[in-house]
Amino acid sequence: MAVQVASTQNTPILRVDPKKFTLWLFIVSIVMIFASMTSAYVVKRSDGNWLNFDLPEAFLYTTFIIVLSSATMQWAYLSAKKDAISNLNIGLVITLILSIAFLIGQFYSWSQLVGRDVYFVGNAAGSFIYVLTGLHGFHLISGIIFLIIVLISALNYKVHSKKMLLIEMCSTYWHFLGGLWVYLYLFLSLYN
Amino acid sequence: MSTTQIQVEAEVHHDDHHDHHQSFIRKYIFSEDHKTIAKQFLITGIFWALIGGAMSVLFRLQLGFPDMDLSILKPILGKWLTANGKIDSEFYLALVTMHGTIMVFFVLTAGLSGTFSNFLIPLQVGARDMASGFMNMLSYWFFFVSGVIMFVSIFIETGPASGGWTIYPPLSALPEAMSGSGLGMTLWLVSMVFFIVSTLLGGINYITTVINLRTEGMSFARLPLTIWAFLVTAILGLLSFPVLFSAALLLVFDRSFGTSFYLSDIYIAGEALPNIGGSPILFQHLFWFLGHPEVYIVLLPALGITSEIISTNSRKPIFGYKAMIGSILGIAFLSFIVWAHHMFITGMNPFLGSIFMFLTLIIAVPSAVKVFNYITTLWRGNIVFTPAMLFSIGLVSFFISGGLTGLFLGNSAIDINVHDTYFVVAHFHIVMGSASFFGMLAGVYHWFPKMFGRMLDEKLGYIHFWISFIGIYMVFFPLHYIGLAGFPRRYYSFTNFDAFGGFTDLNMMVSIAAIITFSAQFIFLFNFFYSMWRGRKAPANPWRSNTLEWTTPINPGHGNWPGEIPTVHRWPYDYSKPGAKEDFIPQNIPLSETPESNLPEEH
Repeated sequence: MAVQVASTQNTPILRVDPKKFTLWLFIVSIVMIFASMTSAYVVKRSDGNWLNFDLPEAFLYTTFIIVLSSATMQWAYLSAKKDAISNLNIGLVITLILSIAFLIGQFYSWSQLVGRDVYFVGNAAGSFIYVLTGLHGFHLISGIIFLIIVLISALNYKVHSKKMLLIEMCSTYWHFLGGLWVYLYLFLSLYN
Repeated sequence: MSTTQIQVEAEVHHDDHHDHHQSFIRKYIFSEDHKTIAKQFLITGIFWALIGGAMSVLFRLQLGFPDMDLSILKPILGKWLTANGKIDSEFYLALVTMHGTIMVFFVLTAGLSGTFSNFLIPLQVGARDMASGFMNMLSYWFFFVSGVIMFVSIFIETGPASGGWTIYPPLSALPEAMSGSGLGMTLWLVSMVFFIVSTLLGGINYITTVINLRTEGMSFARLPLTIWAFLVTAILGLLSFPVLFSAALLLVFDRSFGTSFYLSDIYIAGEALPNIGGSPILFQHLFWFLGHPEVYIVLLPALGITSEIISTNSRKPIFGYKAMIGSILGIAFLSFIVWAHHMFITGMNPFLGSIFMFLTLIIAVPSAVKVFNYITTLWRGNIVFTPAMLFSIGLVSFFISGGLTGLFLGNSAIDINVHDTYFVVAHFHIVMGSASFFGMLAGVYHWFPKMFGRMLDEKLGYIHFWISFIGIYMVFFPLHYIGLAGFPRRYYSFTNFDAFGGFTDLNMMVSIAAIITFSAQFIFLFNFFYSMWRGRKAPANPWRSNTLEWTTPINPGHGNWPGEIPTVHRWPYDYSKPGAKEDFIPQNIPLSETPESNLPEEH
């Protein structure tokens, strides 16, 4: 009964799921944080008094890892769509492992920076790299928590072709976080 | 598919709530009902407005009566009074800083948007509640925590943040710079982080609700202008508050971790600080990228409320509905590309300055369109002077007189002269402060019957209006002269300067006017709380208005409409339509019921 009432009389004009829409708006606010940070970077760099150094090589590997994790996430998503539950679980677990590998790689890149005498405290050029990677890592941790929630639901058979909302949102967020890092890596390489 | 499932859940959930009673805590404290959350924002906003207002009275006493003995306030101010009963000069700076912070963020952002976006969006678009009641509740409680931290900071020994509400480094970055830059500044930053989270949670909810949960027939071209204004305000907040977060984060690193984003070549007591290579101008860029849109975050909801009230009480359709939407969007777009007009004297390239000047002056166009439309809506209307209407007309008056000085300040050549003087203070207190404040009061007078099911007393409303309206002009108009004479803002005392001796009487008058205006707000406060319990019972549609909120029961429950949500068949401004039986046709009346007044294209 309630289903009938809801779907016939209360038709929203734009059919986007409110939760998905909320996620997109949340992503917009994260985009603004990083847009402002990278703009600040550009402004500060044009100001002069800028330290030049090579980016840690680890960034190249972590970039590769996070792109790969996006691919496995997408595979998990497609498996869920096809109700291939075991593939879904494998995909999510691999994504989880890759994401933790990414974080370890990012942390290692910090020690590479220290090896080059680039510290958090010092020239703003170095500080910015720590802030950008740190902020991205922080958001990635939120993505990992989301991923774990999806994995737990998947293990309880609560993610399948009829119940895609959670994994759809998770994969959107995950691709965003991956894309964000690729952007940051390209940005830092170009404006180093 | 998933969409329908969510809808169903929401539907079932709300049907449950009509009968059984929720516990006190869930109903009044940790409520997820948008109407209760709106009231929470309103009451908290009123609380902060009183504190912010009382602070302004304190520093007006210092400016108007520099020799006055304030020992009588010793129990409240304690050590912040000097031995001869005067306000301590550092505390004076803390007062102006906290006054600005409280009024801009807590009263006119959270108190205004928080109250009316929460209250009106679901009621006017025809939704059971916000898209996420839980996020909405979190939004209020983050705001509450933010407020508690800011409140605590007022009472700590070293005093609250004192570097101005714009917290420019290096003053705010170095605890050695002034006592308020110590713990007080830290608490300010922590409080603002909570505030930003609150604003983002709220804003995301407002946008999602307006876009996804409109009732059938409520197309964008039929949205009340209030909703347009709230939607655009929320978008502005979503785009600008993260930037404030970035600015604050880098400031935290500079303050507590020793980085050099904003600090360079600073000597304290002959000792050089280790920070090298930072730029304080960078902070100003980041801050004003939020700061300028923030002005419109404060103002746009008030303008939206005014559109609605002026149209209803003129018994006329709003003049230029689409032009109103266009100018809201125009103002919102332009607000992001004019921030550097706050920075004309930072040594900016004059050519760049002229670009920002040009963009700034363009804002006059959509603003003038809005003013023109308000006045043409009033023109030959059957005006009903309710208190809400008076406050709305007052807003239009402030918007004009404060907006005109904006044209002067937007010119870099003139701004270099009057920058950071009382001319600026006069400008933004009229156009942004008082106008938005009047919008908020207009909204309270207009929607009080919907909030509490009772009417506010009209006579007290008229008294409140006239004292406030005249009082505000008495306070802020003279400040233009003081500013043109060159008196800088935020100065503790001007009696040491010969040039300003002639303004002593004027300053005294301003202070007296400020005290009277502030006192008049207690009339409102009495009216508000008295009428909440003892006021005249409200009819279903007291202002004979068209929008959907008046189709709900007088005291709407959780879920707003007991039965189906009404369907919308027309725009919200069918007032005095030729041929119609009544001078208003609510949005939920189908065209088939009003053949006598339909326009040719509506048959």
